[in-house]
Amino acid sequence: MGKTIVEKILSAHTDTDNLRIGDIIKARVDFTFANDITAPIALKYFKESGARQVFDKKRVGLIPDHFAPNKDIKSAEQCKLLKEFAQEYEIENYFEIGKMGIEHALLPEKGLVLPGDVVVGADSHTDTSGALGAFAIGVGSTDFAAVIALGEIWLKVPPTIKFIYSGKLNKWVGGKDLILYTISKIGVDGANYKVMEFSGEVIKGLSMDNRFTMCNMAIEAGAKTGIIEPDEITLAYLKGRAKRPYQIYKSDIDAHYEKIIEIDVSKIEPQVAFPHLPENAKPISKAKGVKIDQSIIGSCTNGRIEDLRIAAEILKGQQVHPEVRLIIIPATQDIYLQALREGLIEIFITAGGAVSTPTCGPCLGGYMGILAKGERAISTTNRNFVGRMGHPESEVYLASPALAAASAILGRIASPEEVK
Amino acid sequence: MIIKGKVWKFKDNIDTDVIIPARYLNTSDPKELALHCMEDYDSEFVKKINQGDIIVAGKNFGCGSSREHAPIALKSAGVSCIIARSFARIFFRNAINIGLPIFESEEIADQCSEGDFLKVDTARGMIENINKDRAYKLNPLPAFIQNIISLGGLREYVKEELKRREKNV
Repeated sequence: MGKTIVEKILSAHTDTDNLRIGDIIKARVDFTFANDITAPIALKYFKESGARQVFDKKRVGLIPDHFAPNKDIKSAEQCKLLKEFAQEYEIENYFEIGKMGIEHALLPEKGLVLPGDVVVGADSHTDTSGALGAFAIGVGSTDFAAVIALGEIWLKVPPTIKFIYSGKLNKWVGGKDLILYTISKIGVDGANYKVMEFSGEVIKGLSMDNRFTMCNMAIEAGAKTGIIEPDEITLAYLKGRAKRPYQIYKSDIDAHYEKIIEIDVSKIEPQVAFPHLPENAKPISKAKGVKIDQSIIGSCTNGRIEDLRIAAEILKGQQVHPEVRLIIIPATQDIYLQALREGLIEIFITAGGAVSTPTCGPCLGGYMGILAKGERAISTTNRNFVGRMGHPESEVYLASPALAAASAILGRIASPEEVK
Repeated sequence: MIIKGKVWKFKDNIDTDVIIPARYLNTSDPKELALHCMEDYDSEFVKKINQGDIIVAGKNFGCGSSREHAPIALKSAGVSCIIARSFARIFFRNAINIGLPIFESEEIADQCSEGDFLKVDTARGMIENINKDRAYKLNPLPAFIQNIISLGGLREYVKEELKRREKNV
């Protein structure tokens, strides 16, 4: 019987022969990273482990992005630990403020995570890099400490659910709508411990930015990771970026899947996930009218250049509603610079939006856009749990950059079609 | 290890933002994290819980972020064991890696009430509900994971593995 892309990647990274679903293996890791929240615990454990050096100085990333630029003294102390560790252990991929970006946007952009890799990140949205055809999983701090010491990780070979998307995409529907719709169909634990493999003609036609968005939110269905087979679009993205040689794997036609789910996208409208779970997605036609206080465009989910272009297309010549705060956060410095060169930043500021340096900030209720009691935000981020963006009695509605931009103008959840 | 404790029940999909809100993640001090454990779900939780108590929850416990601060906060607040219908995978790994015993059981999640006293034999996977006079035998964890737990968590495993590699060089 044939193999899935994930089975092939894992086979190539372990000494265990004839891998079977459910086997516990030790897999060699190609790249591993952590941020200012998850690294501090790990770096302490690493030092206590007796390890003299990290397994490979080129394959470890330390990225202060969550509460950075430092939001308070305690956050500053945590970021300082990353910097000092990077100096002491000569970590090549430490990204200081001014060069950093949100880790899951930054690492693919810099060509540090590549097709065929086993990527282990101490952050749940590590699955984002699955869009490149890598096996990329999120873990906690102790796992990260173990990986930087040993260069390998224990894991269970997961089963895969294949999603096949067909049909023609409707206007304003993109990767964010597809993944919110998919999560709403299978639930927030619909893929628990499993891989979500996204495929079909629609995926083949999606840009890398849209693919990253889809794989990014596989975790919101409980998945171990999301993955997309590399193709010409992947290779074009990697050109001039890839820092190492890489290997392309594809699923065999007769590969075994636990389940195959077919989705006709022609029926899918732009989606809005209502509080307080990402599975609560409704089509925009049933979501209009909810009054908002804030609109966030950014994050590892939707802070890339195409996201900003769509937002600018809608915001051009418009004014943000007087009762709404629009905050736009390019995910990396390169994206920020590109947006500046294309005139997008001017459009945002002229419209009355605030533009921030890259940070995870508001997505997890850190800073740069915290909600007060009773306030509501539409946001291009990935989670709408209780208290996620601030007060436990505030609300987050998840949507695409197109909807977040239109809603910022109209002061309520709205479709771009309503903007005149 | 034998654990005895009173049960606190939780619903489905308890996420890590609720277990420990991100606004407190500017520290990794277990004592400080424990002060805010479950604060947005039940602001009295840390006052009510006693050392050794047990959480029994619905499906997908610990979904969301990879923050190890979540199992750390629970353990430091006094939680000795978590039994859920199912766990989110990163939380499951994190709990094992820090040596917080966790078990999946639909039966216990269904049949156990808040306030029941449970006796848990972690090595044998035997769980007794003293109030309801019921006993449950759970599937043992895979040998590799049992080894990590018996060493005292992944940190000890890493120390052993580094020593082993040094000898082999």
